[in-house]
Amino acid sequence: MNHWIIAPVILPALLAPLIAFVMRHDLTLARTTSLAGAVAIVAIAVGLTVASASGETQVYYLGNWPAPFGIVLVLDRLSALMVLLTSVLALIVLVHAVATGWDARGRHFHALFQFQIMGICGAFLTGDIFNLFVFFEVLLIASYGLMIHGGGRERMQAGVQYIVMNLAGSTLFLFALGVLYASTGTLNIADLALRLREIPIEDAALVRVAAMLLMIVFALKAALFPLQFWLPGTYANAPAPVAALFAIMTKVGAYAIIRVHTLAFGPDIEATGPLAATWLFPAAIVTIVIGALGVLGARGLLPLIAFSILGSMGTLMVAVASFTPEATLAALYYLVHSTFAGAALFLVADLLLSRRKDQTLIPLPPTVQNGLFASLFFAAAIGMAGMPPLSGFLGKLLILDALRDPGQMPWAWGAVLAGSLVTIVGFARAGSQLFWKSTSIPAPAPKGPDRGPVTPVRAASAIEIAPTLTALAVLAGLSVFAGPVSAYLADASEQIFDRDGYIGAVLGTGAEDQP
Amino acid sequence: MEIVVASSVAVLTAGGVYLILRLRTFPVILGLALLSYAVNIFLFASGRLATGLPPVLSRYGDATYTDPLPQALVLTAIVISFGMTAVLVIVALGAFLESGTDRIDIAPREDDAEPRESHR
Repeated sequence: MNHWIIAPVILPALLAPLIAFVMRHDLTLARTTSLAGAVAIVAIAVGLTVASASGETQVYYLGNWPAPFGIVLVLDRLSALMVLLTSVLALIVLVHAVATGWDARGRHFHALFQFQIMGICGAFLTGDIFNLFVFFEVLLIASYGLMIHGGGRERMQAGVQYIVMNLAGSTLFLFALGVLYASTGTLNIADLALRLREIPIEDAALVRVAAMLLMIVFALKAALFPLQFWLPGTYANAPAPVAALFAIMTKVGAYAIIRVHTLAFGPDIEATGPLAATWLFPAAIVTIVIGALGVLGARGLLPLIAFSILGSMGTLMVAVASFTPEATLAALYYLVHSTFAGAALFLVADLLLSRRKDQTLIPLPPTVQNGLFASLFFAAAIGMAGMPPLSGFLGKLLILDALRDPGQMPWAWGAVLAGSLVTIVGFARAGSQLFWKSTSIPAPAPKGPDRGPVTPVRAASAIEIAPTLTALAVLAGLSVFAGPVSAYLADASEQIFDRDGYIGAVLGTGAEDQP
Repeated sequence: MEIVVASSVAVLTAGGVYLILRLRTFPVILGLALLSYAVNIFLFASGRLATGLPPVLSRYGDATYTDPLPQALVLTAIVISFGMTAVLVIVALGAFLESGTDRIDIAPREDDAEPRESHR
């Protein structure tokens, strides 16, 4: 049993209380510990990814209780990839938050940040659906704290909305789990998959209800239509580094749909059939449309980015909805890409808006380093919109290539392509208002003596720009190394659809106990 | 007994949903609390209803017992929903003190067309 599997959960869980209780008066110490923890998790995640590359599904039995009686953590290529993605994103965001001083604007930023990492990694690793609920709650309660970090009127109001939405979602999750347990008698995902196969179609009504309730919960996390309305308000009002970290939170919902609705409620299972795909596909299409229109109509920079993330979730879920290995490969590639593209946009927006009077998309006198911010925004925007040479182009190409089914193709191609075009127009308009037109506006005349001295705007230092550049470099790297990356992802999606392999690995030791 | 449990889940859920739709923080918090009570009873019933049976296997005699797992699940759910409600109460209080209104939905500002203050 490989004990490193539980390390991404244990390490932040140990660091967070330490930071909260021991280091709460020493910001430097808290920063150092938090950064060291983030680096260590990246190292662990790289190790896990290497360990999972052999294709063996590794199982960690907590307390050495045999599955399905104990809780298991499962490491396969998909889990390892998601943990690696989380850890790298967390490190980038943490460096940004420390360099720009965001972490000093409220209390307990680092402790909440570590709890957030713990919850996300746990959700990606767990093989038990009630444990998935618990990790969802861990990551949510940390995200509530991070969301209102720094305070302020609109942020607090948006925070209340966010919490109410997610509490209602958690209640639905519990209802779904109750129905599942009542009808199958198990909560282990592998065991669940096994027992759902045996449920005859006549007795499947309860199981279908549970499958749809679970999909609603995951769709709420993934911000799919008609449950998308919390996302723009939350992301636009959260502190920008936190919004950048939240780029992975929507992906938790996408991951859960990929995992649960492929393994347990897969299309080949008689009880549920193609139920998930039937509803997921149109919802994803509408989400793309809402995202694109929102990008075009947004009047502020942060709502614009939030809507572009919404559109990217729609694009991602269109690929997920077909539940085939090829489309899942495309979805995973686009998932990695859109996480970093969204984070890069929020980070560059934070750099710009901390030097600008407000976030409305109107020409204002240029800030310091106007050219630098303009080029960073340009790079991140073409990444998000899906233009070459960055990886969004390849991701969308893979998705289009995978969706060739005659029933899907017109809708999917039309929505993805038109959505990309509208997103490009929206970003081009925003960029020209923010950066280009502003150069024709003269700097304001020095104010009278009654206004006091004008404080000079500080130029961004190299360490403040480095996280944004790193996120963009990851996009470029995804594009350059698209071959090896997509080979790994092809193996990963093959492993996702090898349901018997997963079930056999998890229940392997417990199989003899089964009647 | 089934009808009592089922109708209490139904009444609690209906009340909870109604209160959540009020869109003011206090009714919404009460509504979420009612919903979490409803789901706790529901989870409890998911292990089948039984009266007077221990949730452990008996070493002596016939092995009639009630399923202990839903009880563990309910315990977890109670702890989590209690903590979440506490967080929500504090955040809602903070939002009320900051904004002076207890509405959940954010009304569009009258000066929305005008340039806003900085985002922080």
